[in-house]
Amino acid sequence: MYDLKHDEKVCATCPSADCLLKCQYMEFEQDEAHEEMMKLIRGEDCRVLHECITCYGCEEYCRRGNHPFYLICERREEMGILTAPRPITNQWINMTQMQGKQKVGAVKERVMSFCFLPQLPLMGSGEIFKDLGWSFVFGAEFMCPAVHTHFAKMSVVKERLPQVLENFSELGVKEVICMHDECYGTYTSIAPAYGMEVPFRPIHYMDYLYDRLEELRDRIRLLNIRAVYQRPCSSRLSPQKLHRVGEIFRMIGVELVEREYQGENALCCGEIPRAIAGFRAASDIQRRNIQDMVDAGAQYCVFNCPACQTTLSERVVKFGLKPVHLIELCKMALGEIEMED
Amino acid sequence: MDRILQSLIDIVGEKAVSNHAEEIWYYARDPGVMPPHEPDYVVAPRTTEEVQRIVQLANRERIPIVPMGNGMALTGLVIPLKGGIVLDMKRMDRILEVNERGRYVIVEGGTSQGKLKSYLEDHYPHLRHSIPDAPAATTIAANVAIHGQGRLTQQYGFNSDMVTGLEVVLPTGEVCRIGSCSMGPYWFSKGPTLPDLSGLFLGWLGTTGIITKVGIRLYPRKKMRDVEIFVTDRDDLVADIVYRVTHTEMVEDITVWFQPKPLMFKDNNHITIYLTGDTDEELEFKRLMIWDALREFIDSKDGGFMSVQPLKPMLLEMPQRGIAAFADVPKGGGFEYSGPITLVDQYPMYAEKVKQLASKYNVVYAGTARIISGGHAMMFGISFAFNRADPDMIDRVRRAVHEATEFALDLGGIPWKPNIHEQKLAMERMDPNTLRLMKMIKQNLDPQGIMNPGNWEVG
Amino acid sequence: MEHAGIVHRCFRCGYCKFPGDYHDFNCPPHRVFGWDTYSCGGRMWLINAWLNQEIQPSQRFAEILFSCVACANCQEYCVYPFKDDLLAVFEETKTALVNGGLAPPAVRDYFKAIHVNGNPYKLPQEQRGRWAEGTGLEEFSGQEYLFYVGCVGSYDEIGMRMARSVGLMLKEAGYSIGYLGSRETCDGNEVKVLGETGLFSLLAEENIRKFREMGVKKVITLDPHALNVFRKEYPKLGADFQVWHFTEVLGQAVKQGRIVPSPYRVRVTYHDPCYLGRHNRIFKPPRSVLKRIPDLEVVEMRRSKEDSFCCGGGGGNFFTDILGGGEDSPNRVRIREAADTGAELLAVTCPTCAKMLTDALKAEDLQGRMEVVDLAEILRRAGVGC
Repeated sequence: MYDLKHDEKVCATCPSADCLLKCQYMEFEQDEAHEEMMKLIRGEDCRVLHECITCYGCEEYCRRGNHPFYLICERREEMGILTAPRPITNQWINMTQMQGKQKVGAVKERVMSFCFLPQLPLMGSGEIFKDLGWSFVFGAEFMCPAVHTHFAKMSVVKERLPQVLENFSELGVKEVICMHDECYGTYTSIAPAYGMEVPFRPIHYMDYLYDRLEELRDRIRLLNIRAVYQRPCSSRLSPQKLHRVGEIFRMIGVELVEREYQGENALCCGEIPRAIAGFRAASDIQRRNIQDMVDAGAQYCVFNCPACQTTLSERVVKFGLKPVHLIELCKMALGEIEMED
Repeated sequence: MDRILQSLIDIVGEKAVSNHAEEIWYYARDPGVMPPHEPDYVVAPRTTEEVQRIVQLANRERIPIVPMGNGMALTGLVIPLKGGIVLDMKRMDRILEVNERGRYVIVEGGTSQGKLKSYLEDHYPHLRHSIPDAPAATTIAANVAIHGQGRLTQQYGFNSDMVTGLEVVLPTGEVCRIGSCSMGPYWFSKGPTLPDLSGLFLGWLGTTGIITKVGIRLYPRKKMRDVEIFVTDRDDLVADIVYRVTHTEMVEDITVWFQPKPLMFKDNNHITIYLTGDTDEELEFKRLMIWDALREFIDSKDGGFMSVQPLKPMLLEMPQRGIAAFADVPKGGGFEYSGPITLVDQYPMYAEKVKQLASKYNVVYAGTARIISGGHAMMFGISFAFNRADPDMIDRVRRAVHEATEFALDLGGIPWKPNIHEQKLAMERMDPNTLRLMKMIKQNLDPQGIMNPGNWEVG
Repeated sequence: MEHAGIVHRCFRCGYCKFPGDYHDFNCPPHRVFGWDTYSCGGRMWLINAWLNQEIQPSQRFAEILFSCVACANCQEYCVYPFKDDLLAVFEETKTALVNGGLAPPAVRDYFKAIHVNGNPYKLPQEQRGRWAEGTGLEEFSGQEYLFYVGCVGSYDEIGMRMARSVGLMLKEAGYSIGYLGSRETCDGNEVKVLGETGLFSLLAEENIRKFREMGVKKVITLDPHALNVFRKEYPKLGADFQVWHFTEVLGQAVKQGRIVPSPYRVRVTYHDPCYLGRHNRIFKPPRSVLKRIPDLEVVEMRRSKEDSFCCGGGGGNFFTDILGGGEDSPNRVRIREAADTGAELLAVTCPTCAKMLTDALKAEDLQGRMEVVDLAEILRRAGVGC
């Protein structure tokens, strides 16, 4: 069994307690935050076990290499604390269960992973991905199981992730372009946190996009639009990739408008909090987030995660914003997708 | 040429009569599991007068008549058990009148649900009718004749409760109007304050007359619709959840369903709750009220609202095309169900029975409950899919459905659109005086026994 | 039968009979004959009965099959995963009927005419190029594009007018085109749909060989039926040329400014041909051409795009006329629908539709209210090429 590599001493000596102090959804004083973390480490009941809405933010806020979020999840599961109602938790476990059927394309050493998100295969086409020649994997067999952290089911993560890695290994792939941000976070954050060896080099799709746009620079038609970026929770597992958003935007003529809920202060799309914290809490998060987008004067709301896009699209449209995935935005700049009037 | 065929041609014209092998074969069956029986003729009238003359002919010749809408009851109700004439009503599909302020519409007896839906969307965007989840080709008259249900049944009762008047060709050939339209030009009441004669035709499965016109109530169409799904893995909580949701009086429709596949639906009961509103504020207020009504279940972690966004296009469709797709689960084009009407409290027993029957007969199941009139009752659909090319599977489904109906009747339920065997089961359990009354009515209305014979036949 | 395995899976739910919003029955033979047997679901059930030897093939069975116009409304709205194979099932059944000598006489005559004359009009091959006389258009001799006209465009008066109109507009837009004239052979789309697989193979192979010998790399078709068969069937037989419908080309031409229409104040409704729209998903280019004409108002018919109602000429019915005439005939239903929009022009992009709808215009006595005009002619009236 894999155990979380979490260094208690690092937390004990932490001068900032940023992990909880910076939390967007729970209020702590500095001493209180530190003590809360220590309680968590000691396995005692504490507020965070009941109030954390699983935004992953603390994984980014901790600058000392520990894994506060995974620890919260571990402790919750140890103590039998469900984050979401039981039928919802089990629904996610059931729907992502491996079926023994691998859905793969013409797999080469370099492969696109569409995770288990049906929106992604459509996106992984066109000039940008042409050179990959439809080398892809899709489905539960290749799905990053990070979603179960939301439901404090680290046992599911620890059971399934090695199998996913094994499935990749059997295909003999050397590089995996993670079309789902969370896959990249899983392979570069969760797997090492549990001492799992990743048998390939994970490539974030935004890195791939950036490189391809460089190559296709002469075909880019600047979009000349203003957009906000909806940062997904999974991006907290790979904050080092956040700069790519701005770089890609610049390359295709999109102004990334400043707003309150960006970067470290980003707000969740609200879908998971809806199940965990209820309708009022989720509505409040969504309302504040979208109003912030509108106030910033954005025309487009750009998504990284297809799940966030599904959750928020209808709502942002009501506020006059156009929802679009980052890949779709790039395709618009290449003339493959028409811009709406 | 056959004398009767010639007479039929004289009434409706050559193109509206067939005794070709192809139509005879096709109209001998429905998509369910009941065995076929061939008609002698299939006739497609265009007017009430034609229907009347056909019935008069049938009386003279003592040949059976079976009126048919789209034949989707699945329980063999339009299979001509004793041959004779199948009356395909679909060419009588005119929408005759909409009384906007009175909120009712009068349509001909073969008008499809889909056609009325489209017509109202085009011409009366503030009005709607209660659309069943049966395919759009099904007809309004047939739906009320079998006490069908629809999207507004939770709020307003069975679709047959929404009838505002009927024009019926009686089995003896007279044209008869039922309700306010029997006394004047308006079709606003099927009975009250007069003796409610509509009961002589609704639920009789075409054995007491042919509906040539029907008036039904229309209801406000709000600008927005939305949907939520509350899930619980505890069957025993479903009735309470439904009770609390209906208490809010904030919802359009409620259906409860469970099915083993796809895996995301495994082991849970899904309570689909439809909401309507004219503004975002109205919709959100209703949503909040419903969440609050179910807070106890959420807090205890026994139930919660699932992510519904990806399913919305399918769930908000009217009718839901996806329901017909159930037939292809065993890759064979068929499903059959028993749909007894019973109390919502009995949900756990029914849910268990469905799974038990599926296991016993080795068939694919789906269970669905449609809440009726704010929870006064539910229609519990015990559905099994089958492969039409697999006679053994068809037989297993037939037996499973039969056992399901027996189970339901033993628990005090009543059968919905029962097939002939289920009708017998029902009549065996019926009060003898009730049965005698039914017989009396039937004999008086149809002395020659020509209307859909074999159905509701009191011995 | 290749698709025999799916025939029994039809539930006969009837979604195939309707457009997306259930406005009216959208299956032409069902609209004409009224019986469920003449709808897609009815056909599926009868084919199943025939495969199970529960019914014998008969004239009626053949009429039910051959009255299908292959409009693909059923494929658009069937709820089952085998929806894309529905027309293949019908084609395969028709093939069995043809091979068993049970094709209706009109269908047999059609095959015979193609076999003997190379066209269903029983006219000499030399007349195939008559439509181009006086236009200044050139026969194909290595131009960039072959302008393939097809049988209706070559022999039918209305089709010929459209061929001239489109050919001249392509030339006006600066495309280098050549036509085949007497060297042209029937594309075989309807032959295939009607189930004569042997004759279809002969035609297709002949065309492929000829195109290859002549160095044809790019083809623009007048007829969406030809586009369909060239795009979907010919590659299976080794064809390697690219093909476009003229509406796609003109759509590009107006977008790129190769042709610039002048203002033309007129109200137009557009009829989507089945083989252009539902079969090949070309909905936007013809509309974008119309929208580029200043002052021109486009009004959609009640049924358009995916929901479009067939003119009744598809699936060989243009020649075999199994659907017959009368008030309920699809072309008359459709022209009434077009007239309901209040449009002065009905824009067409298929020679078969042009002929069917022009006939219907006369039958409905609507000539004073509306005109059936091809897209290129509308451009000409908007000052292009005058």
